[in-house]
Amino acid sequence: MVFFLQNIINALQWGSFYAMIALGYSMVYSILMLFNFAHGDIFMVGAYIGFGVATGLVTLSATGFIALPGWVILVLTILLSMFLTSFVGMIVERVGYRPLRDAPRASAAITGLMIGIILETGNLALMGARRVSFPPLIESVTYNIGGVFVTNKKILIVVVSLAFMLALHLFVQRTRYGMAMRAMAFDFVVVPLMGVPVNTIARLTFAIGSALAAVAGILFGLAYPVLDPYMGIVFGWKAFVAAILGGRGSIMGATLAGFLLGFIEIFVAMIFPSTLRDLIAYSIILLILVFRPHGFFGEPYSARLRL
Amino acid sequence: MQLSVENLRVSYGRIKALHGIDFHLDKGEIVCIIGANGAGKSTTLRAISRMVPVEPGSRMTYMGQDLLKHPADRVVSRLGISHVPEGRRLFGNLTVLENLQLATFARKDRENIPADIDRVFAIFPRLQERVSQKSGTLSGGEQQMLAIGRAFMSGRKIMLLDEPSMGLAPLLMLSVFKALREINQREGTTILLVEQNARLALQFSSRGYVLENGSLVLQGNSAELLANPDVKKAYLGG
Repeated sequence: MVFFLQNIINALQWGSFYAMIALGYSMVYSILMLFNFAHGDIFMVGAYIGFGVATGLVTLSATGFIALPGWVILVLTILLSMFLTSFVGMIVERVGYRPLRDAPRASAAITGLMIGIILETGNLALMGARRVSFPPLIESVTYNIGGVFVTNKKILIVVVSLAFMLALHLFVQRTRYGMAMRAMAFDFVVVPLMGVPVNTIARLTFAIGSALAAVAGILFGLAYPVLDPYMGIVFGWKAFVAAILGGRGSIMGATLAGFLLGFIEIFVAMIFPSTLRDLIAYSIILLILVFRPHGFFGEPYSARLRL
Repeated sequence: MQLSVENLRVSYGRIKALHGIDFHLDKGEIVCIIGANGAGKSTTLRAISRMVPVEPGSRMTYMGQDLLKHPADRVVSRLGISHVPEGRRLFGNLTVLENLQLATFARKDRENIPADIDRVFAIFPRLQERVSQKSGTLSGGEQQMLAIGRAFMSGRKIMLLDEPSMGLAPLLMLSVFKALREINQREGTTILLVEQNARLALQFSSRGYVLENGSLVLQGNSAELLANPDVKKAYLGG
């Protein structure tokens, strides 16, 4: 039982990363009907930007010029990195995808892969091949709750992720920008007839998705402090799987599927040798998709209309 | 002249949809374009609202300024030209109220929006009863009302309507056209209407154009067109 609870906590943490990244895939897909295959690498860039901001603030703090406590640095790192990474997303949209709005979807997919490679190798050129380690920022504290070990970082990661997901949900449901996103998800073509500038909405969607990926990157850096330029690839693909499993374009679906993926991976590893983890975990997901090809919340066929 | 269209040409790939048509709208009038399926009626409206690209040489001006320098969303938000598209195209996942609110996305006069929503409900009381219902669950008539209400919210200098009578029972058709006349008279909204139901459109409008295979072949005031033997033969069932 204790072992079981322990793994639930691990699964929640792992699922938070997947869910946060999957949201970016899903939001972009829902309004533009394209998968931004560079999104995993935007997560990586977000982690590195977080690394840069955090290191900078720690150094600044160490000079004694303005001594900031670790948690303040963490909050500032998250906010600043979200802001900076959102520009990466907006540039990717403007340069990579907007010119291809009416091109075949395959072109957009290839573009995404190429942008991903550019971000990876660009990082390699800029930072060198060495791995960098994310500054700890907050002291790790382990609580023993009836034999279950929980670290303050794990709690922080899950709570911060859930808070951002809730904020996103409220944004999409309550603001006029969110309303425009929902409208674009339903019928892209007529949205301009409502006086809505679709490019602004597309740019905003990329910005939000990238900002969330940056949060995931920083939280990941807190838990697993070693960053490398290719860290976004596997995460990106798995989060993409979560986005598909959730139902293309469904925010709720992406969130739930992200957590489900975390649970499946952790619990498979609990039973089977860890070398078999992904083999078994993704076979399970393949099976789910065989029986539910449109995912949990997706529509069985495209309900979208074209002019 | 509020809107002037000169030498409007539109092609879809190699297929020419409009071969250089000229027409105009004066402020506050109701004008119809009638024609058969595929004559280019919808394309004409889509060209005005910048939903389809026009060929070089086409000219469109709104109150003397070049309309073509505005992208689709600004034709609505800056010039006040709204478009009720063919098949209504409501956002079925949004409620009635949200559909109306979305149409005000770019409006600067946000303080006037609640009063405008009330005006839409005054014109179409049925919509008020369904205010928090998803628009996908509305009946055909209610959907057409909402589509018009949405256009009312987004811009009402000129309203372009694509087949507003389509799929509606005769009584509903009449009430929709009555509401349009009310908007026209109360707000001074210019209405450009394209219709397959030529008789209804000509009875309702003051002027009309006949579009055939991408060219305007006839124009005049609606009463004359109704009496024209060629129009009678081709569009009014003899």
